[in-house]
Amino acid sequence: MNAHLQPTGSAYFLTQETQQIERHTLSVLVDNEPGILARVVGLFSARGYNIESLTVSETEHGRRLSRITVVVTATPRVLVQIKLQLERLVPVHRVHDLTAEGSAIERELALIKVAGTGEHRGETLRLADAFRAHIVDATVESFVFEVTGKPDKIDSFIALMQPLGLVEVVRTGLAAISRGKESL
Amino acid sequence: MAEKMTGAEMVIQALTDQGIEHIFGYPGGAALPIYDAMFQQDFVKHILVRHEQGATHMAEGYARSTGKAGVVLVTSGPGATNAVTGLTDALLDSIPLVCITAQVPTTLIGTDAFQECDTVGITRSCTKHNYLVKDIAELPRIMHEAFRIATTGRPGPVVVDIPKDVQFAVGDYYRPDDASLRHQSYRPQVDGDAKAIEAAVDLMLKAERPIFYTGGGVINAGPEASENLRELAELTGFPVTSTLMGLGAFPASNPQWMGMLGMHGTYEANMAMHDCDVMINIGARFDDRITGRVDAFSPNSTKIHIDIDPSSINKIVRVDLPIVGDCNRVLEEMIRVWRSRTNQPRTEAIAPWWAEIQKWRSVNSLGFKNSDTVIKPQWAIQRLYEATRKQSKDVYITTEVGQHQMWAAQHFHFDKPNHWMTSGGLGTMGYGLPAAVGVQVAHPDALVIDIAGEASVQMTMQELSTAVQYRLPIKVFILNNERMGMVRQWQDLLHGSRYAHSYSESLPDFVKLAEAYGAKGIKCDTPAELDAAIADMLAYDGPVLFDVLVERDENCLPMIPSGKPHNEIILPDTAGIGDIIDEKGKMLV
Ligand SMILES: Cc1ncc(C[n+]2csc(CCOP(=O)(O)OP(=O)(O)O)c2C)c(N)n1
Ligand SMILES: [Mg+2]
Repeated sequence: MNAHLQPTGSAYFLTQETQQIERHTLSVLVDNEPGILARVVGLFSARGYNIESLTVSETEHGRRLSRITVVVTATPRVLVQIKLQLERLVPVHRVHDLTAEGSAIERELALIKVAGTGEHRGETLRLADAFRAHIVDATVESFVFEVTGKPDKIDSFIALMQPLGLVEVVRTGLAAISRGKESL
Repeated sequence: MAEKMTGAEMVIQALTDQGIEHIFGYPGGAALPIYDAMFQQDFVKHILVRHEQGATHMAEGYARSTGKAGVVLVTSGPGATNAVTGLTDALLDSIPLVCITAQVPTTLIGTDAFQECDTVGITRSCTKHNYLVKDIAELPRIMHEAFRIATTGRPGPVVVDIPKDVQFAVGDYYRPDDASLRHQSYRPQVDGDAKAIEAAVDLMLKAERPIFYTGGGVINAGPEASENLRELAELTGFPVTSTLMGLGAFPASNPQWMGMLGMHGTYEANMAMHDCDVMINIGARFDDRITGRVDAFSPNSTKIHIDIDPSSINKIVRVDLPIVGDCNRVLEEMIRVWRSRTNQPRTEAIAPWWAEIQKWRSVNSLGFKNSDTVIKPQWAIQRLYEATRKQSKDVYITTEVGQHQMWAAQHFHFDKPNHWMTSGGLGTMGYGLPAAVGVQVAHPDALVIDIAGEASVQMTMQELSTAVQYRLPIKVFILNNERMGMVRQWQDLLHGSRYAHSYSESLPDFVKLAEAYGAKGIKCDTPAELDAAIADMLAYDGPVLFDVLVERDENCLPMIPSGKPHNEIILPDTAGIGDIIDEKGKMLV
């Protein structure tokens, strides 16, 4: 999409963007009401912002609040716009740029199916062990692993499984939280 | 105190409690319970439109001219989709609207039922907020919250979609108090940061080439904001320009007024923006019609930006000193701080700047060559302006979109806020006639004139019938150049004068058309007869369609062409506009 062209928001930007594109994790606290996800996603597509990953779930049932964790890539200037545009949505309470605020804890879960027989199976199990992947299903011809960690750890595990009979991958997208005692 | 009533009755009761005396709408199956509830009372009066788009523009005109929310009521499916243009228009121009759309019963939602459409889905991106009311218990809160969201912060349109079974359901109506309405996540910031305001005044006190660049936000902040703008301008002695949307906030008759800025703004306003050292943006948003080429926009100025919407700050142009807050509050504070520092305007310090501005003014960038054989459109507007000045009535102007709109902005002068309604952000042809109807509903004794183009006016012409039905004496002043003049001008600029579909062929006879609707039609094609014909139009007590046949190929100038900086403006005496824009510029809009 045209996120890299966004800085001026104008029909007249003839200049090349000079800022570098960065990847940031935003944590968005929203009212858990119908259509909220569509509002957030619609904003990203309407304004041409890039989403790398998006996770959403109710986190405070009593107050009907949900947390949306969204990973975006944009220039610093566009990142500020994304935050402000999100905050403009009526049901959005707060937006935190976890990346800008310091080293947040980021985790993702993946379910990975690997099929194979014979010597491959031993190799698969050894690697799974090294990555602390749990076996959640096993047949004589397949395994399903559950692996948690930072996205790049999951990326490497998937890459290693590729030649060993990888058949299917499901990932949750990123969940992130700040360190220390403060809350959003 | 709760009171039992049906959902339909709650809608009417909430409108009553909000003090809404007029709504604009069109009935249909899903909306009938609300219409029935309305039939049984007489506080809320309904104006029956001819097309739902008309209802939305009427509500916009009503809102813009009163400062209150405009209210629209439409049925499900096509009723709702027809309202989309006006909702988008209101979003882009920050006009407070509450649009109630009826919906098929909750049990049928998602079944592709007759006249079902996903109204909240369709309107999500063209409203400030929207609701689908699935439970009668939520209706009272949502109705009142809709008004709160539409009218506070940066105003905008809000849709409330109400399924038919919810309209029939019985529940407890109550009027929520303001505190319980405060949507926890919705808290517009109205007070500007005190330190930032002081810093702004300090910059202004050192400025040698300052300029106030004001916008629609000043109008939205209420008439007091315009008063305060005038006061601050007087205190400082600085020149003032405004966007299309802000016209009237500062009086055009004041010597500090420089005219509108931007693509068709005056030479002096644009040059002063380009060369200023301190720019004070009050309630404007650095729209691309204003900035032209962004990297060449006012290259050497320190920029102060006052806006109630934090996302407007640094969206297009990087500013040095942002102040998030309501224009009126911030202006009040600026006046207070200025007064605490000095009791003198910076007359001497900025005298050289004014001298420079005077030189730019003497270029007379709004000049045009008049004719005694053919009516020049600019002259027609000047004559209209002169004629209306002699009227004792309050004068409101609406416009359609095109050259006539820009000429109206240039040659009709406004001294008061809320008297100029035009579609700025979306540029919606067909806005002006219904907007005039809405203004006239709010101000029955005023003189309301739609300055129109013959192409635009045909987009919502049927609302003339509404004007006739409710005896609303709007005047439609059509500058008929027999073509989509603005499109023709761009084809001359960009496309070698190849006029692809920009002629208005087989135009109706507007006089007969007016008569067919039961209005008065007047036609004029001779300069010598224009004043008398205008007098006829103004004297007639009823709606008039006035067909003024004007010069066909007049260009709307000055103009900053796409991709050019402010100091490369095309002035009126330029010949051969076809060679000005380079290949890169042609890509732009
Ligand atoms: C609904 C809509 N469709 C198309 C346009 C593009 N457009 C802008 S100005 C214009 C021509 C307007 O012609 P007219 O109303 O006769 O005004 P003139 O420029 O001749 O004064 C057109 C087609 C628009 N602004 N709105
Ligand atoms: Mg025309």
